[in-house]
Amino acid sequence: MNPLVTPSIGLLFWQVVTFLLVLFLLSKFAWKPIMKALREREQNIDNALSMAEKAKLEMQSLRADNERLLNEARAERERILKEATDAATALVEGARTRANEEGARMIEQARVSIENEKKAALTEVKNLAATLSIDIAEKLIKRELQDEQAQRALVQSYLRDTPLS
Amino acid sequence: MKKILVILLSILTFSAQAAESAEGEKFSPGDMIMHHVGDDYVWEFAHGLTIPLPVILYGENGLDIFLSSKFYNEHHELQPYKGYVMEHGHIYYANEEGEPKTVTGENGEEKHVGPLDLSITKNVASMFVSVFLLFVVFLSIASAYNKRRGKAPRGLQSFFEPIIVFVRDDIAKTNIGPKYERYMPYLLTIFFFIWFNNLLGLIPGGANLTGNIAVTLTLAVLTLIITVFSGNKSYWGHIFNTPGVPWWLKWGIPIMPLVEVIGIFTKPFSLMVRLFANITAGHIIILSLFSLIFIFESVAIGPVSVAFATFMNFLELFVALLQAYIFTLLSAMYFGGAVEEHDHHDDLGHGDAPHLAGAHH
Repeated sequence: MNPLVTPSIGLLFWQVVTFLLVLFLLSKFAWKPIMKALREREQNIDNALSMAEKAKLEMQSLRADNERLLNEARAERERILKEATDAATALVEGARTRANEEGARMIEQARVSIENEKKAALTEVKNLAATLSIDIAEKLIKRELQDEQAQRALVQSYLRDTPLS
Repeated sequence: MKKILVILLSILTFSAQAAESAEGEKFSPGDMIMHHVGDDYVWEFAHGLTIPLPVILYGENGLDIFLSSKFYNEHHELQPYKGYVMEHGHIYYANEEGEPKTVTGENGEEKHVGPLDLSITKNVASMFVSVFLLFVVFLSIASAYNKRRGKAPRGLQSFFEPIIVFVRDDIAKTNIGPKYERYMPYLLTIFFFIWFNNLLGLIPGGANLTGNIAVTLTLAVLTLIITVFSGNKSYWGHIFNTPGVPWWLKWGIPIMPLVEVIGIFTKPFSLMVRLFANITAGHIIILSLFSLIFIFESVAIGPVSVAFATFMNFLELFVALLQAYIFTLLSAMYFGGAVEEHDHHDDLGHGDAPHLAGAHH
């Protein structure tokens, strides 16, 4: 048989022993750590990429949140302003109403008191007028009845007017 | 630069043959090529630059370890040593005359007998070099991964990382499926073992390790063993009770199980032959191109040979990677076929088309 295709025992022996040894040692000290490191690195890259993606999404949601908060704050400000304006308006309105009422009440009071004063004044004027009339009448009568004749005429006139039954 | 190196070393290597032919010995390209693609007890980088390698023998005289240079005397002639004699690249027991001892077999055929030969030959030594390189490269890469945890690769690490990831993603994941992880150490080891040794074989003076049938046999048998032990119910079901095949082909005349069982062995067999043949063929072509110079005995043919051989060397650099890839890919496909979960409802005869397609590669 051609020596080329005849495996020699010696080489076969050394090849089996060496190759199995190489296989064992390289597996344990080279392939295992290398494969592990490669796997770890790939996982790290994957993680980093997915984390970046997540961060991007988070940024977006954060931005949306900010926008929302801003809008809310704006709305709140509007509301507060409006409330304040309303309150001020109400206050002014209330004050005005109260002032009006007070004014009206005071006018009424004044009117009533004027009326009362007027009445008192009128009564006084009436009384004065009566007193004056009586005084005048007294004076008049006193002067008329100074002579006898006038007194008699007057009694006569009274007697005429008085029906005697 | 590389070209110059190739030319220089080629000239160095082949000056040996030229010198021999000049001494009157007829140059035989076949012998030269076989000598270069085969195994040896010495590592000859160039003529005169030869390292003797340890010979380890175990036999009648117990364990014997000595350098192969003991087989040569001071004139570089072969001599018996310690009752052993080397002839045609084999070590046999020596008889009284210093010749290989022969025994007559049962069929009357005479053959040499030798001890159990576990020598560190050129191929074994080359394998040790490649293993050393593998350890240096991948242990340093592993420590780089530990030190620079989670960081981007750098230096050697960044050169090998895409290759490791390619083996994982495009060879293992796509062909084995979710259970790929437990096959990764084996796939990575065979890929880099084959590739490194293919490349080492291309260096002038290097050994033709991955073009040696013993090496490819070992790798193929390992793939076979892993495939068989990974085989799940559906894998064995497909072999002994192939879906979509008439019952009488399975139990009446058991052709299908027979074919499928043969298929278990032909797959790794094809792996063994493919790698061996590709690498050896590449070496033979390059060596043949250089042999032309000595066949024509002309310097004029030199540039032509060198040009072609340089081209072949670049091609072989590609083949070195390609064959490592194919061996790993097919192994992964066989593992994938063994662990695949078949859905028997829509699987009548076409379910395993993808990995069968791979098997006929």
